[in-house]
Amino acid sequence: MSPVFYILAAITLAGGLAAVVLKRLVHCALAVTAAFAGLALLYLQLDAQFVAFAQILVYIGAVAILIVFAILLTRGSDLPKEGVFSRTWFVGLVIAAAVFAVLAWTVVQSLRGVPQQTAVPAVAVRDIGNMLVGRYVLPLEIVALLLTAATIGAVIAAMHQKEGRQ
Amino acid sequence: MTTTPASVTADQIFILLRDWLAGFLPAGLRTAADVVLGVIAIVAVFPALFALTTVFERKGLGRMQNRLGPNRVGPYGLFQPIADGIKALIKEDVVPLRADTVVHFLAPLTLVVAVFMEFAVLPMGRNMALVDMDAGLLFFFAMSASTELSVFMAGWSSRNKYSLLGAMRAIAQMISYEVVLVLSSISVVMIAGSLKLTKIVAEQNQYSGQFPHWYVFTPWGVAAALMYAIAATAETNRSPFDLPEGESELVAGYHTEYSGFKFALFFLGEYLAMFAISGLGVTLFLGGWSAPLQSLNVIPSWVWFFAKVMLCIFVFIWVRGTVPRLRQDQLMNFAWKFVLPFTLLDLVVTALWRFMGQGWLRWIVCTLILAAAYVLMGRFGLREERMGRRSYRYAE
Repeated sequence: MSPVFYILAAITLAGGLAAVVLKRLVHCALAVTAAFAGLALLYLQLDAQFVAFAQILVYIGAVAILIVFAILLTRGSDLPKEGVFSRTWFVGLVIAAAVFAVLAWTVVQSLRGVPQQTAVPAVAVRDIGNMLVGRYVLPLEIVALLLTAATIGAVIAAMHQKEGRQ
Repeated sequence: MTTTPASVTADQIFILLRDWLAGFLPAGLRTAADVVLGVIAIVAVFPALFALTTVFERKGLGRMQNRLGPNRVGPYGLFQPIADGIKALIKEDVVPLRADTVVHFLAPLTLVVAVFMEFAVLPMGRNMALVDMDAGLLFFFAMSASTELSVFMAGWSSRNKYSLLGAMRAIAQMISYEVVLVLSSISVVMIAGSLKLTKIVAEQNQYSGQFPHWYVFTPWGVAAALMYAIAATAETNRSPFDLPEGESELVAGYHTEYSGFKFALFFLGEYLAMFAISGLGVTLFLGGWSAPLQSLNVIPSWVWFFAKVMLCIFVFIWVRGTVPRLRQDQLMNFAWKFVLPFTLLDLVVTALWRFMGQGWLRWIVCTLILAAAYVLMGRFGLREERMGRRSYRYAE
């Protein structure tokens, strides 16, 4: 592992940790953005340009903005009076650890299924595009359908509120 | 190629200069030196261009509004940006008492850094792209998307209602028009078959007779370029889409509480974003650094790139001097009810263009579809809604 990896890992972990411990919600959102950026740089270090830039575009350009909007529109930006630690933090910790364990186990298991490659495969953006509309077109379409459903749902929710007002 | 060696030297002068400078270093350091010199060139050239553009803009606006513009500092007011720069440097840096100091400090920095990164992938001449990435276009959009958060940081940390409102407006507007920006560039990607900006320029750098194969000279290209221009104006918060800093309503929007050099950084970031987005537009639709006629290729490629960028900047200024500011609801309606559907239709037309093969038939079919859609949407889509009595949601 190179020193670059350790620097990036430190940024990502510090961002993630700060997102949990900081008091103000907006600061947490900004900290989580730093973690997203660290992840994107890690992808870049692994030579996965497409994933890295998609990560920045989607997570910093859209998800972080969405979080920020949600905080500002719900008065969550006020400082909580009774501190940020919930009384049931232990349960939360157990659940988080369990989710992490399942994900880690899956990743480790999937490593065995992949044949060991000595050379780093050079994947061009073009190949990713071909795969997306070729072999993986069904998952892509399912995701597209899901997003369309979510968009329609959001529009309906907004329309309903407008009618109720009048 | 009919170019003579002298014109080749002029074309590649900056590359030769860079290699000559790097030649003074030991061989192991040369690659690093190349990168550093490229970065220095970008960081020096574009702020200089920004200084010139501020005079150009104020003079141009003055001309359009029948007044003189700056004319006191230096000949024709040309040294005005130097005076402004010195003023910004020696002004007191006022930070509001209740402001979030760290975020308030970081906001202009992250903005300017992200905007400078955008220039890394632009091919500014033959062999003159700092990093020739495979996913160059995606990198550009990733960087321009990360400026939104800086705007929010500035608006929120100032602890000022005007700042926060300005930031929210800016973000809502940037998100809406970013969709259009990306979608209109996708039609170029569909035809060029690559996200690599140098490849996109190379595809357009072909000539039939004297005339270049720029994408703006095709029916889908005109439509995409127009939509791109509208989205670019909104994305850079320029008039008529300058609601985030509408002086009459919001003082100065998200940078109300910034003074001195931090304000200058916001100003710089805004203009650099304009250069970057014009540069991308030139690369995507106007053939990048390629000459408008084949015989004009004797003039160095970088001259053409910067000439085209300055032409785009002139259009920005011209529009600012001509069109009044939109209202917030007009802005959103325009984005979601006209620009976005038209861009989506243009994607379909581009696919049609791609699969109809060579020949004149595709010119007629594509032009007809786009023209018909434009007329119909103008007639029915944007029809003035009947305004009832004005109702106030909160003030009754």
